[in-house]
Amino acid sequence: MSLKRPAKEQPENFEFNSPSLETANAIITKYPKDRKQSAVMALLYLAQKQNDNWIPLSAMKYIAKFLGMPYIKVYEVATFYSMYNLSPVGKYFVQVCTTTPCMIRGANQLVEACKEKISKNESELSTDKNCSWIEVECLGACVNAPMMQINDDYYEDLDKEKTLKILDQILKGVKPKPGSYRGRLNTEPENNRKTLMDLKNA
Amino acid sequence: MLKDQDRIFQNLYNDLGSDILSSQKRGDWINTKELLDKGRDWIIEEIKSSQLRGRGGAGFPTGLKWSFAPKEVGSRPHYLVINADESEPGTCKDRDILRFEPHKLIEGCLIASYAVQAHVCYIYIRGEYFIEGQKLQKAIDEAYEKNLIGKNSAGSGWDLDIFIHYGAGAYICGEETALLESIEGNKGQPRLKPPFPALIGLYGCPTIVNNVETIAVVPTILKRSGKWFASLGREKNTGTKIFCISGNVNNPCNVEEEMNIPLKELIEFHAGGVIGGWDNLQAVIPGGSSMPLIPKDKCETLTMDFDSLMAEKSGLGTAGIVVINKDQDIIKCMARIARFYKHESCGQCTPCREGSGWMWRMLERMAKGEASKDEVEMLEDVTKQIEGHTICAFGEGSSWPVQGLLRHFKDEIKKRNKFDPIVKKNRDIPYLVDQHLLDKNV
Repeated sequence: MSLKRPAKEQPENFEFNSPSLETANAIITKYPKDRKQSAVMALLYLAQKQNDNWIPLSAMKYIAKFLGMPYIKVYEVATFYSMYNLSPVGKYFVQVCTTTPCMIRGANQLVEACKEKISKNESELSTDKNCSWIEVECLGACVNAPMMQINDDYYEDLDKEKTLKILDQILKGVKPKPGSYRGRLNTEPENNRKTLMDLKNA
Repeated sequence: MLKDQDRIFQNLYNDLGSDILSSQKRGDWINTKELLDKGRDWIIEEIKSSQLRGRGGAGFPTGLKWSFAPKEVGSRPHYLVINADESEPGTCKDRDILRFEPHKLIEGCLIASYAVQAHVCYIYIRGEYFIEGQKLQKAIDEAYEKNLIGKNSAGSGWDLDIFIHYGAGAYICGEETALLESIEGNKGQPRLKPPFPALIGLYGCPTIVNNVETIAVVPTILKRSGKWFASLGREKNTGTKIFCISGNVNNPCNVEEEMNIPLKELIEFHAGGVIGGWDNLQAVIPGGSSMPLIPKDKCETLTMDFDSLMAEKSGLGTAGIVVINKDQDIIKCMARIARFYKHESCGQCTPCREGSGWMWRMLERMAKGEASKDEVEMLEDVTKQIEGHTICAFGEGSSWPVQGLLRHFKDEIKKRNKFDPIVKKNRDIPYLVDQHLLDKNV
């Protein structure tokens, strides 16, 4: 189990802005009428997006009211799942996968790069408060290891040098191009393709 | 090697585009109505005769699972839930299906929903796959637009709605009952079985839960016949499978191959060989991190299917092959996997919640050579105390890799950890793992 604690400094109020509200109402219609509670995960995620990548306690209270469920149930869900950030992270949130398949292909170099460029410790904001990094468990792109995720995008087939370049771009406020950084097509074996050849040449 | 025309996922690497027009060119959504018109008994029989086994890890026969759904719809509606919460380390096959073959999945959803009489299908995608989820949503929208799903799907008279539900980074939600809890808006903690989801599942209604790959191969099986699928691989281990080969190989990749393919062929031929040559191979994890590793000497002749790996006391699992060569410290690799399980335990059952942490801490110490001699046996004992004493299979999943390490690399651990036990008295605390901490306080 992993331990999560809400941040000490909390904003007093939270409310969905109108685009979020519209999305939230659309999400609720996916579930049966008497099962609005099912939408809690999606709504927490929405709140996180709206509030610079983290969820304040006031947002949990707001969502509880919104869905007509006890606050503690929302709190339970928000503390259980690892993707909900309960304290501020950067506008650019870097997650480096360090589970075994990435580890044996050198994920520690990515961690070093993050330490050099962003902050010495994980979950610590960079000096310009725009960026933070964290080690996470398997992100499910093992054949493109080592890799990291920045906000929604995957950056694959990295090494230290490439990571440093990506982080430089982020710190300048430019979104780097996601995908493989060795120029290979998705999950194909690089320069060694033996299957589906006529499609490749088509 | 499997012939290219027998590969189900023609667009595995996205050479052709994943939109509906290019998917239709590859044969998706063709004759769907005719297939459904043959009736649900025919569909289930055809799947049974194909001997398709679930691709999510446990390998349960899919046709049999579908036949568990009640024959008549009572007062409670039926649900179909697709498990796309792919988080097993070493596995990344569902991601490619979601991104590049979404229409195979959606067509499969329609057929499966019809077979188990569900009007609503939820696809549970792990939260990290946000981009993949968006691509799938786009494909779902396309299918709605063309009336392939929705009211009177594909002209078959069956109504089907497909919704995506995003997870939020919990590995345990890949367990089917935890997944249902998660859709209901709770913590993802598994339920006791029985009752099985086929009778009491989502919202207390009959629910069939299938893996993405299982459902995505269904349309092709029905179109090309169950007999064709059964002719690939071997008895009870039929068909094709996407293998993910990662770790210390020259060209890590996903590749669709026939079941029962030799492991050596996968590594040497498709993945360009082990880094440093075949002799530099140390061990292979054959089916995602929760399956026990297999040492090099057995890799020579091993074939990849459910039963032959079971005979080696391992398992095919999700077919995520992690190759570990001799440049790696095997104990450290396993310690990292133990840390993964410690992090992902849902905390519901004590043996797993506490034991997964114990295993991790012991392995970390063993990797550094700080453990005492007798701890090796103690670690084995801990794994045995977890296995089989938990609500879900996470207990097995977390203890099997450690057992695999102990089975094949015990000498390596013993060589590195030669200390006598530090605490010589107090030996009557059999399961106090952190005995080394006690000593520091003395």
